[in-house]
Amino acid sequence: MLKRVHFPSSPLPYLLVAPQIAITLVFFIWPASQAMYQSFLIEDAFGLSTEFVWFENYELLMEDKQYLDSFGRTIFFSAAVAFLSMSLALVLAGFADRVIRGAMVYRTLLIWPYAVAPVLAGALWVFMFNPTLGIISYALEFVGVNWNHYLNGEQAMALVIFAAAWKQIAYNFLFYLAAMQSIPRSVIEAAAIDGAGPMRRFITIVFPLIAPTTFFLLVINAVYAFFDTFGIVHAVTQGGPANATTILVYKVYNDGFVGLDLGGSAAQSVILMALVIGMTVVQFRFVERKVQY
Amino acid sequence: MATITLTDLVKSYDDTQVLHHVEGAFEDGEFIVIVGPSGCGKSTLLRMVAGLESVTSGEIRIGDRVVNDLEPADRDIAMVFQNYALYPHMSVFDNMAYGLKIRRIPKDEIRKRVEDAADILEIRDYLQRRPRQLSGGQRQRVAMGRAIVRDPQVFLFDEPLSNLDAKLRVQMRLEIRKLQKRLGVTSIYVTHDQVEAMTLGDRLMVLNGGYVEQFGAPTELYERPASIFVAGFIGSPSMNFFEVTVAEGVATLPSGAKMSSSTTYSGKATLGVRPEHMSPAPDGPLKIEVGMLEQLGANTLVHGVLEGRSEEIVASLPGLEHINVRTTLGFDAPSESIHLFDETGVRID
Amino acid sequence: MIEQRPLLTAMSHIIMVLGVILVAFPIWITFVAATHDDIRMVQAPLPLLPGEHFFENLDKTLFGVGLSGTESAPVWLMLLNSLAMALMIAFGKIAISLLSAFAIVYFKFPFRMGFFWMIFITLMLPVEVRILPTFEVVASLGMLNSYWGLTVPLIASATATFMFRQVFLTVPDEMLESARIDGAGPMRFFFDILLPLSRTNIAALFVILFIYGWNQYLWPLLVTTETDMTTIVMSIKQMLEAAEQSPQWNIIMMTALLAMLPPIVVVIGMQKLFVQGLTETDK
Repeated sequence: MLKRVHFPSSPLPYLLVAPQIAITLVFFIWPASQAMYQSFLIEDAFGLSTEFVWFENYELLMEDKQYLDSFGRTIFFSAAVAFLSMSLALVLAGFADRVIRGAMVYRTLLIWPYAVAPVLAGALWVFMFNPTLGIISYALEFVGVNWNHYLNGEQAMALVIFAAAWKQIAYNFLFYLAAMQSIPRSVIEAAAIDGAGPMRRFITIVFPLIAPTTFFLLVINAVYAFFDTFGIVHAVTQGGPANATTILVYKVYNDGFVGLDLGGSAAQSVILMALVIGMTVVQFRFVERKVQY
Repeated sequence: MATITLTDLVKSYDDTQVLHHVEGAFEDGEFIVIVGPSGCGKSTLLRMVAGLESVTSGEIRIGDRVVNDLEPADRDIAMVFQNYALYPHMSVFDNMAYGLKIRRIPKDEIRKRVEDAADILEIRDYLQRRPRQLSGGQRQRVAMGRAIVRDPQVFLFDEPLSNLDAKLRVQMRLEIRKLQKRLGVTSIYVTHDQVEAMTLGDRLMVLNGGYVEQFGAPTELYERPASIFVAGFIGSPSMNFFEVTVAEGVATLPSGAKMSSSTTYSGKATLGVRPEHMSPAPDGPLKIEVGMLEQLGANTLVHGVLEGRSEEIVASLPGLEHINVRTTLGFDAPSESIHLFDETGVRID
Repeated sequence: MIEQRPLLTAMSHIIMVLGVILVAFPIWITFVAATHDDIRMVQAPLPLLPGEHFFENLDKTLFGVGLSGTESAPVWLMLLNSLAMALMIAFGKIAISLLSAFAIVYFKFPFRMGFFWMIFITLMLPVEVRILPTFEVVASLGMLNSYWGLTVPLIASATATFMFRQVFLTVPDEMLESARIDGAGPMRFFFDILLPLSRTNIAALFVILFIYGWNQYLWPLLVTTETDMTTIVMSIKQMLEAAEQSPQWNIIMMTALLAMLPPIVVVIGMQKLFVQGLTETDK
């Protein structure tokens, strides 16, 4: 934590931490406590008076079918994104680990979606699935699928999931490949001598050995799907049709900035904060074990 | 050049006292070695002189100045670290010049001093290299060079040879000794290796558990160890010890054998005799059942136990000797080579 | 690999190529769309191979008036805005994180741990969950529609501080002791020894933070209302909306291409640093 030797005491360290602390206080701690405070207030319809109502905003949320639906939808969305992008990345990393020649070339070709902003990822996918022009929706017509995510809620959700998962494959692939390459070759060779074929080795040796990475990625992907996908939803569906793709971060934004329901939006913020704190704790408790592989 | 005086020096961490009332007066130009087992406080003592550890109580003087509260940079010292602590991103030249640059010494002067030091240490060809391109011995020289260019009043060495292989260690040991004599700078050298200590030091300070066991010239420590600890620590192989009863100048071993001594002490005591002071004597008081031989070439170590007992004993005989194991040999030692210590471990004269 | 099975190796390559196609396809389609003229881009099926209008589109996009029927800043200005934002965020985060990590590791001072935990808490407060009150703070400070408003609220960073703390802890103690004996004060030690020793970590972090900054979306959307302050990433959304009236996919996709090019170049060009940065910051 601290060096054995340190510099003699002086006002200097306070000056050094000052910028970071000032920004933290003004733009993090203060707004977060404001959100907390506002979540206890209800404004009347004209914005003229506010009333301190304790947990009424939270109670309203708990009774709000739209909010609860959005919650369930977010969990489904996150699980789908995590599953899709992690399983694809796992397969690709597994094969990339096999091919010694070219593994780095494949890595180079696979990592760039990481650099694409979520909103751009959304734009790319929306273009490919554009109901009138999109190249994929055109192709889908030949197999009898009528694609229109502007009208069909399930298709809209699928499209958002595709875009979100596509962007995350790169990240998952990198971590899986690194984890697989850090497994000692001798372990794999021992399994081969024991008579296990490539598929069997992957299932019984490789996959269990990279379990810590899987768990780590699960948390990271959940955080990503919960909080970093605003841009995708905003570009692709704007939460529609009929709220079919309104996930929690989108709803906070929408209720606060478009609907101007300050108390409700603040209460949602606080709930999201609790979720992040929970995930961070899980992630950090896990970090110690992550070093093992 | 300066003297160093330690007066009633104490160091505590929280409630644990790690150095107890250390006293010492080091002469100008003297090479002092602080030696002791790991955890004895020797590095702490050195770092206190350097200014890297604070002084709990007592006083450190370099020359006429009390330096207790001076920053390391203001004490006019230079230090060679165990891992050399070379700045990995700077060339050898810049490593040596860094302290001079901070002191705003003119460029020409810096160049001259670094090159002079490099000549002394024979590292002139490496001045533009980075530390990682050097071998262990070369890095060691750079670390020394960094100390030399500063032209300080005091050199401090913190186990500087412990990262080198055995052969290089012997070679560097001699070089450090020659260099120190040539420059005449007062030096304090910390090591756990008693051979290093004996060969390098003008005087040795033996530390154990935060106490100074003895402070004196190497020969004095060898010939008249002040305590069982020093007696056992200095000399290789270690001194043999036996529990004895002393009366009227005669020490009686548990086996009943008797050895004469010039002491007037009487009572229980510990008798010590160095392996190299034991000579074969068929009628000698020390009968050894030989268990194992180590033939080292210049001498032969005879390991065994006292006849009929379990106390282990080692004798060192000059040259190559061929002795059958499981035979019993008699040994004797002259009375001036016998050391006696009382029950608290203090030397009896 | 262990066994010599040419068939399996061939299959591995096939699957990898399929994976690359899947991952690269959206970007390829974007590129293709940016090489055709607007007439070709309203005829289904859309092309799969590049056309001949790339430079024409590039010129129109960069220096034209943007999409017909919308009011927006020229794309070159948006690119500059994005560059300024990305650089300010990356440099700002690195600078303040280096300083606070230095203070926390190398000094012992009252409230040290308090500051540490305060920085740690920022990890749990992503912009998305405190947008409204943060927006209010920025608005009341008069920082809307400025580079400061765009960047300063985003530059506090627990991850970067933790990373530098980790890096500093691996610097041997003797480095500091030696520097102190050489007479270096704290700031001198920081600039002469610590910064050079952490330079690859700084570079790796820079790659990650540049991408992070460039790709910001929600925050710029809120704090910039003037068209002059629009960033390129934001502009895509506006163009998509406009496209519903008058589709000009060649221009939109050229803009998208320009928007993702800088971060992609950074990732591919500095792949080693990128991978290092990614794995280090997530510890």
